[in-house]
Amino acid sequence: MPDDLWILGASMVKFGRYPDRDLMDIGSEAAVGALSDAAVSMADIDILVVGNQLEPVGGVGQRLQKQIGQTGIPVYNVTNACATGASAIRVVSMAIKAGEAEMGLAVGVEKMGKAGLAEGRAARPEKVAYEREGRTGAVMSVEGILGTDFMPGVFAHAGMEYARNHDGVGFEQFARVAEKNHAHSSLNPLAQYQKTFGLDEVMASPMMSYPNTLLMCCPTGDGSAAAVVVSGEKLATLDPAVRKRAVKVSASVLTTDPWVEGGEQQPDVNTLTRQAADKAYEQAGVDPQDLDLVELHDCFATAELIHYDNLRLCEPGGAGDFIDSRGPWRDGRIPVNVSGGLISKGHPIAATGVANIYEIVTHLRGEAGDRQIEGATVGLAHVIGLGSTCAVHILEKAAV
Amino acid sequence: MGERVSVVDYLVLDDGEPYLVATACRGCGATYFERHNACGRCFGTSFERRRMESTGTVRSYTIVHRAAPGVAVPYVAAIIELDGGGVVKANIRDVEPEPAQVGLGMPVAMTTFVAGTDDEGTEAVAFGYSPAVAAAGKRTDA
Repeated sequence: MPDDLWILGASMVKFGRYPDRDLMDIGSEAAVGALSDAAVSMADIDILVVGNQLEPVGGVGQRLQKQIGQTGIPVYNVTNACATGASAIRVVSMAIKAGEAEMGLAVGVEKMGKAGLAEGRAARPEKVAYEREGRTGAVMSVEGILGTDFMPGVFAHAGMEYARNHDGVGFEQFARVAEKNHAHSSLNPLAQYQKTFGLDEVMASPMMSYPNTLLMCCPTGDGSAAAVVVSGEKLATLDPAVRKRAVKVSASVLTTDPWVEGGEQQPDVNTLTRQAADKAYEQAGVDPQDLDLVELHDCFATAELIHYDNLRLCEPGGAGDFIDSRGPWRDGRIPVNVSGGLISKGHPIAATGVANIYEIVTHLRGEAGDRQIEGATVGLAHVIGLGSTCAVHILEKAAV
Repeated sequence: MGERVSVVDYLVLDDGEPYLVATACRGCGATYFERHNACGRCFGTSFERRRMESTGTVRSYTIVHRAAPGVAVPYVAAIIELDGGGVVKANIRDVEPEPAQVGLGMPVAMTTFVAGTDDEGTEAVAFGYSPAVAAAGKRTDA
């Protein structure tokens, strides 16, 4: 049975807004780009898995396959909220591990336009007469009446709960996360935004859901990313020049949220991340302190801060000190989100999980240009999708 | 004058003080406010109704400034740990929507308010929480 997995090729379409291009245009560019980067064609691909969150009923994978090559291979469509792209990689990986495929293509593609998840859940129209609906027997939308389910608020809650339990964590520490990621994005030509903001500007930007200001929230956008995954056995048969650029998948883990008190009301984004990270470190035989860079799920600045702790990048409870001491800056102890992160690189939902693997791969190959972390040999990619799903991948530069 | 209904069925309005009722697992005691088919914690399928305490503390909060159409902002949304167990999401009322005015760990007590009226004049009554001291003996029904 194949026991090791490699990323042979990876590609990403710059995140942004593409009003004149459809989902297939964007997805095809990333897919063809990854195949080209891997120096293979659709004829070499045994399985195609396509992640898309907002239009999944349309058979996005099958539609995409008709644009890039119809070879009759199995195609799977996956949807796992913000963990959709990483889930696509996981499905390809499992097929290879199971011995049913030697090489597979994972694509994450999304067109969000200017609407986010929140807009899809706007209050329903007032009824003529109240009637109970759903699992809580609500007579009206309770958004804003019984707290909030909107993402800036949900992740604000997660951050403020950490602040409650740890002194020295507050608005300023959260804002510093966004200051860093905006600064990092200024070096990334694939980022949706590439503008630097001072801490005071981050804190003074319009408040969305305290403590998350506008500059501490990821934007909506369009984008795609793709990766070719191959078994070690197959890789050994390929051209040495191709093999040289392959990056080893040392750990690939996906978890969901176990029961915790209150998880029904406020999603627990910590436990499943801790469990995924611990399992990934064990699988890879890597210590958190060995990491040269991390791309983690900073949908909001409050989220990034708590994941320093969940991913063991800092001392337990030390996330505030970690950001205050510039530990996650690109010249710090463990660079985090040198791409600009979701906050500034952007977050076209299903593309995100593949795009952060693209980012790690690019650094491990030494091909990241101005934003290159010199000498990077091991990196971690993390995403979380509410509902909830967490995926953690550890990638290593390794001789074939 | 129309009737009154609770905005969700886990808020009970009878002749006495309003209170929350949870679906509690008979096997492990886990509580839920949503209808449940089996327990997410122990997989048991036997549940009972449990009256929850009306006091608690603030586990976390946010001050929402951008909201869905029709929702007045800013407002304080919170996660409340109920005394005696259980966690519920609600707004904190009777407090200025400023970080300095809302304390993490602050004791709170449940209040009720009218969240809307339908075309037949039926009032939908919702619940929120007020700082425990200020809440004593206070009702904020509109």
